[in-house]
Amino acid sequence: MSKIFMFDALRAATDEEMAKDPTVCVIGEDVGHYGGSYKVTKDLHSKYGDLRVLDTPIAENSFTGMAIGAAITGLRPIVEGMNMSFLLLAFNQISNNAGMLRYTSGGNFTLPLVIRGPGGVGRQLGAEHSQRLEAYFQAIPGLKIVACSTPYNAKGLLKSAIRDNNPVVFFEHVLLYNLQEEIPQEEYFLPLNKVEFVRKGKDITILTYSRMRHHVIQALPALLKEGYDPEVIDLISLKPLDIDSISISVKKTHKVLIVEECMKTAGIGAELIAQINEYLFDELDAPVVRLSSQDIPTPYNGSLEQATVIQPSQIVDSVKSIITSVKAIIT
Amino acid sequence: MLIVTVAGVRSKSRSAAAPAAEESSAPLRPLEETETYDLPAFKTHRMDLDSLPTSTTASGAQLQEYFESMYRMRRMETKADELYMTGHVRGFCHLYNGQEAVAVGVEAAVTYEDYLITAYRNHCQQLARGDTVEGVLSELTGRVTGCSGGKGGSMHLYKPENRYFGGNGIVGAQGPLGTGLAFAAKYGGTRNIAITMFGDGAANQGQIFEALNMAQLWRLPIIFMCENNRYGMGTSTARAAASGDFYTRGDYAAGLYIDGMNVLSVREGIAYAAERCRTGEGPVYVEMDTYRYKGHSISDQGTGYRTTDEVQSMKASRDPIDQVKTMLIDGGWATLQSLKGVERSLRKQVDAAVEFAKKAPEPPPEHLWKDVLSPSASGESVVRGTLVTTGGKVGTPL
Repeated sequence: MSKIFMFDALRAATDEEMAKDPTVCVIGEDVGHYGGSYKVTKDLHSKYGDLRVLDTPIAENSFTGMAIGAAITGLRPIVEGMNMSFLLLAFNQISNNAGMLRYTSGGNFTLPLVIRGPGGVGRQLGAEHSQRLEAYFQAIPGLKIVACSTPYNAKGLLKSAIRDNNPVVFFEHVLLYNLQEEIPQEEYFLPLNKVEFVRKGKDITILTYSRMRHHVIQALPALLKEGYDPEVIDLISLKPLDIDSISISVKKTHKVLIVEECMKTAGIGAELIAQINEYLFDELDAPVVRLSSQDIPTPYNGSLEQATVIQPSQIVDSVKSIITSVKAIIT
Repeated sequence: MLIVTVAGVRSKSRSAAAPAAEESSAPLRPLEETETYDLPAFKTHRMDLDSLPTSTTASGAQLQEYFESMYRMRRMETKADELYMTGHVRGFCHLYNGQEAVAVGVEAAVTYEDYLITAYRNHCQQLARGDTVEGVLSELTGRVTGCSGGKGGSMHLYKPENRYFGGNGIVGAQGPLGTGLAFAAKYGGTRNIAITMFGDGAANQGQIFEALNMAQLWRLPIIFMCENNRYGMGTSTARAAASGDFYTRGDYAAGLYIDGMNVLSVREGIAYAAERCRTGEGPVYVEMDTYRYKGHSISDQGTGYRTTDEVQSMKASRDPIDQVKTMLIDGGWATLQSLKGVERSLRKQVDAAVEFAKKAPEPPPEHLWKDVLSPSASGESVVRGTLVTTGGKVGTPL
């Protein structure tokens, strides 16, 4: 085992896959000579050269489209969005080309493409650099979407994403790159379509992902002290949702709290609640609760920004509230 | 080899065996013989005009092939129009009548090792890249025998084994895709090129300029080919483009203007541009001066924004098929009669394909879920919304 930063874990995954497979390449702004704005591609350019670690002009729509064109010939590009926000410029390419080319061609194309980069609310980066796009992409057919949250899952997931023959949108978080964790020396892969059980429990199912996983973990000591026993599940796979694993948990706890960083409206939680309603309604002792970011552009001021996203104390309060209300019904 | 026909005797296509025919006129010239033709003037941007050919040679066999290909395309498009009017084809249908020389001339200049991509006016590219009229028309009628299994439609035709990548519905989005094809050609260390086609309307898309910048920067082997048929949908180039000299709009990139109604001009111009790309000099922005007789799509009459005089005079003076017919007849390789025979035979082939397209089976209901994703290690290939199922019940351990 060795202790490693999140950005290094992602770099190791990229490096290992590029070393094994000459068709894997990286395309993005400042990924090469600059080393990547978050150091995920640091020094890869000196190892693999200018063509395999390609510094692009600032033209997200076109270099994403270019990567898609390369992918349908059999290359395996990794597109880095310096910030995932910028990939809104490439929405047409991602939705109409990456998402659709296999289907509209009647299965004639395989599209092995990874689109990765940081999103999420950072430290006072301003609204346009604090975007959460997971829910925008979640509706697009033909994509897979994962959100990594630890150095361990980042490495295993990115390796799997690179090897997958489908377009995978791979969400990282601006505030998680400096997380450190011990990870195995041996090669490992993690499945793109499975949740990660962070903590087993029986009182309530907390569904979360990305940075909010860590806010949930920060809420645990207060909850455990008062005798609560939450089951914490990191969704990992946002498309498709691992409803099979989620249902195992819900059948045990009968209560669900969703803690997400996307906006409440039409967020990941909205889709989760709809599916839980369809498949697990009879298992629920209480309505599913979602704690989400405010439906506002992220303000610059630090305190206001903090109030935009869910904080651990709100998670504690919500868990207590749900469990207490169910106890009230039962007793 | 084309066999001379006489009234009452059916002419055969090139591939069929030929019975002896009674000849009512002088024997036709052997097809392998050639003539030399002056080419209409090219125009260049950042390239030496003098290094382009002013004339070219073509054999009767080549002209014959170009004629048959273009005529087949014209008939297919005409029949597609009829199929649309009778409700067998729905949605959007963008016809290529008038532009056939571009599709045929390009293929005469490059090979299937080179990549091709275009927008939605692409039925003839699908044909030129090796599909059958049956494959194209039954995709238009939405049948499982279509090139995309009935799931793409008119705007989504593909022939990946011959490096044809469609068939794209969003104006200009194929620009970056084509740049990716050229990137792959360079990445693999090949001498292959990518021809990325778009219209005069798409030429005003930002992503075309973005793609050009990258192509020039990295010397990608790509021909950005603008088919200037004078109109976007209902808006003329004069009302949409600040500069109508499309071949110069690559600015720092080389440009080439080609008379797109003359198949030999297309062939020679593209061959020149392709060779330049192959040597690693970077992209060429080609402008094909061409014209569409029909509206933008079938739902557009094509008359509100231009005069019928304009359409008629183009047909009378510059029709690509008539140009080749004249060359064949004047060159002694064919007569009006013999060509009528070929036309009859091609019409029969296309008619048979139309019947096929009307009667071919629809895709089965389970194809609704097929090919949303490619198969992967995790095994799921069926997706319902965001749910993954492996065939088991929800909630059972996996």
